[in-house]
Amino acid sequence: MPGLEDLYREIILDHYRSPRNRGELPAPPATRVEGFNPLCGDEIVVFVEVADGAVSDIRIGGQGCSISQSSASMMSAAVKGRTLDEVQALTRSFKAMMSIHEQSLDGEGEVVIEADPDVKLGDLEALRGVVKFPVRIKCATLSWNTLLQAIEESAASR
Amino acid sequence: MAMSVGDPLEVAAIKKDFPILEREVHGGRLVYLDSANTSQKPQAVLDAMDRYYTQSNANVHRGTYLIAEEATAGLEGARAKVARFIGAKRNREVIFTKNATEALNLVAKAWGRAHLQAGDAVVLTELEHHANIVPWHQLAEEVGIELRWIPLGGDGHLDLTHLDRLVDGAKVVSFTAMSNVLGTMLPVERLTAAAHDAGAIAVVDASQHVPHVSTDVSAWGADFVAFTGHKMCGPTGIGVLWGTEAILDDTPPFITGGEMILNVTKEGFTANELPWKFEAGTPPIAEAVGLGAAVDYLSGLGMEAVREHEVSLTGYALRSLTERFGEQIQIHGPSEPAERGGVMSFTYADLHPHDLTQVFDQHGVCVRAGHHCAKVLMRQLGVAATARASLYVYNDEADVDAMADAITDAATFFGV
Ligand SMILES: Cc1ncc(COP(=O)(O)O)c(C=O)c1O
Repeated sequence: MPGLEDLYREIILDHYRSPRNRGELPAPPATRVEGFNPLCGDEIVVFVEVADGAVSDIRIGGQGCSISQSSASMMSAAVKGRTLDEVQALTRSFKAMMSIHEQSLDGEGEVVIEADPDVKLGDLEALRGVVKFPVRIKCATLSWNTLLQAIEESAASR
Repeated sequence: MAMSVGDPLEVAAIKKDFPILEREVHGGRLVYLDSANTSQKPQAVLDAMDRYYTQSNANVHRGTYLIAEEATAGLEGARAKVARFIGAKRNREVIFTKNATEALNLVAKAWGRAHLQAGDAVVLTELEHHANIVPWHQLAEEVGIELRWIPLGGDGHLDLTHLDRLVDGAKVVSFTAMSNVLGTMLPVERLTAAAHDAGAIAVVDASQHVPHVSTDVSAWGADFVAFTGHKMCGPTGIGVLWGTEAILDDTPPFITGGEMILNVTKEGFTANELPWKFEAGTPPIAEAVGLGAAVDYLSGLGMEAVREHEVSLTGYALRSLTERFGEQIQIHGPSEPAERGGVMSFTYADLHPHDLTQVFDQHGVCVRAGHHCAKVLMRQLGVAATARASLYVYNDEADVDAMADAITDAATFFGV
C-alpha cells in the first residue's frame, strides 16, 4: 500500500509552504490564463511573459492543494528562462512521468507520451509518487496544462 | 467504543445490515462518512435485486407469462411503496427516472420549454446543487428566461428578507429542501406558499431530504419533487420525480420512444397515460425493486427514529470537534443540530481539504473534499473547497471519533 510519504515528499511540502514565483505580472505584456480542476474547484492562475522564444518571466496565483500548488511552484522554477522548445520537452517528460495517455493524432487509439531522455526533471521527480494516487494526477498537471494554454495564447496574440 | 445513551437506532445492529462495513481498508475498519454523496446498501436491498434477477427477470408491461407478471408487479409495487413513503396521493404521480439530475432536467426541459418564454423569471437559491442550476442556465440560453437568486444569510440559512420581491412575477421557484453542503433545512412550506402566492410553481430538490427526514410531498404543497435512489440505501440508476397529477398532465413527454406511447402512426404518436408517459424505453426494473426494498428498510427503522439519531449524532459531532480543535476547525452551516441534516462541511487551519481527506483515507475514513457540485454556494462562502463529512443510520460516535483522530494525524503530518 502506498503510504503518505510516497505522496508528500519533503520537497513537495517545502514548495507548498514557500511557493516560488508566487504573484502576478501585468497583463499585457504578460499573458494571464486561469485553470480549473473541475473535481475539487481548485483554481490556478498562470502569468507568463514570452520574449525571444523563451519564457522570460512567470508568476503563479490562485489556490489549491499541496500537490497542485507545489507542482506549480516547481514548474515555475523549472521553466523560467527556458526556450519554448525546452518547455515543451519538459512538459512532455513531466506528463510521461504522470503516465498521461493522449489520443494520437490519427485517432488510432492511445499513445503513451515518451519522455525525452535528455530532459532532466530535477526536483519535479518528487512528484512521481502522485501516480500511485490516480485522483491526484489532475492536481499535479493542472498548472502545466494552464501554462501550455498561456504560451499558446501569447503566441496567438502577437 | 463510545456508546450513545438512548440512541433511537440500534446502530451496532444496523452496521451488520450493511456488508460493506465489514470490509477492511488499509488494514483497518471502513469508516464511511460520505452518505450525502451516496449511501451504502443494506443486504435486504442487495437480496431483493438478486432475487429479481435470479427468479423473475423479464421485461415489464409486455409478457403474458408468469415471470413477466412478477417483474411488472415488482416495478409497480416499488412505485406504490415510494408513493406511500413520500405521502403521494396517487401511485401514478411517481415517475421513475435515472436519478435526481434527470428528474430536474425533466422539469426544466419538458415543463419549462412548454411553459416558459423569454423574460420569464425562475427563482433559485444560492444553496443549490448544480443539478438544480445548470438545466435552468441551459433554458436561459435557449429561451431567455431570467434567473433570480435567494441569497445566503447568516448561520447557513437563506436570507428571506426580500422573498416577496424576489418571487414577484416569477413562474418557477426551485429550491433544495436540504443543502448538500451545509445541511441547512429550508422552510419548504413557506417557500412553496410564497411561490404559489406569486403565481409560480414550486419545485423541490429533496435529494438530501427524503433519505433522512420523513417527507410528505402533499403537505409541502409543491408541484414537483425530485430525489435520487442511491442516497437512500437504494441502488444507483434510479431516481424519482413526483408531480401533482395536474401538472404532470400539463407536461409534455421528455424522453420518447417505446413504453411511453398509446399509439404510433406514420403521422405521429399519442402519449401513454401517467406515469408511463414519462418512462420511455425499458425501465430500471431491478433498480426499482431495490429502491422498493430500501424504502421498506428505512420504514422498518422508522424515519422519525432516523431523524432523531442524526440530530443527536450531528450534535455530538459539532460539539466534540469544536471542543477538540477549537479555532483550528471551521464548520460551516447552522449551529443548531435541529435546524440541519447530518452534513458537515469544514476546513481545518489552512490545510487544503484534499490533503486532509488524503490522510483520512489512510485511516479508512471516507470523506469527500471539493466543491460538492455547489460552486455558487462555495463562492458565497468564500472558499474553493471544503471537506464534507455526512452521517447516516449506520454511523455512531466512534465513527466521528475516528475522523477526529484522523484530523489530529493530518495536523501532525503537515505540521499545522
Ligand atoms: C441536493 C442534491 N441535488 C441533486 C443531486 C444529484 O443527485 P444525482 O447525482 O443522483 O442525480 C445531489 C447529489 O449529488 C444532491 O445532493
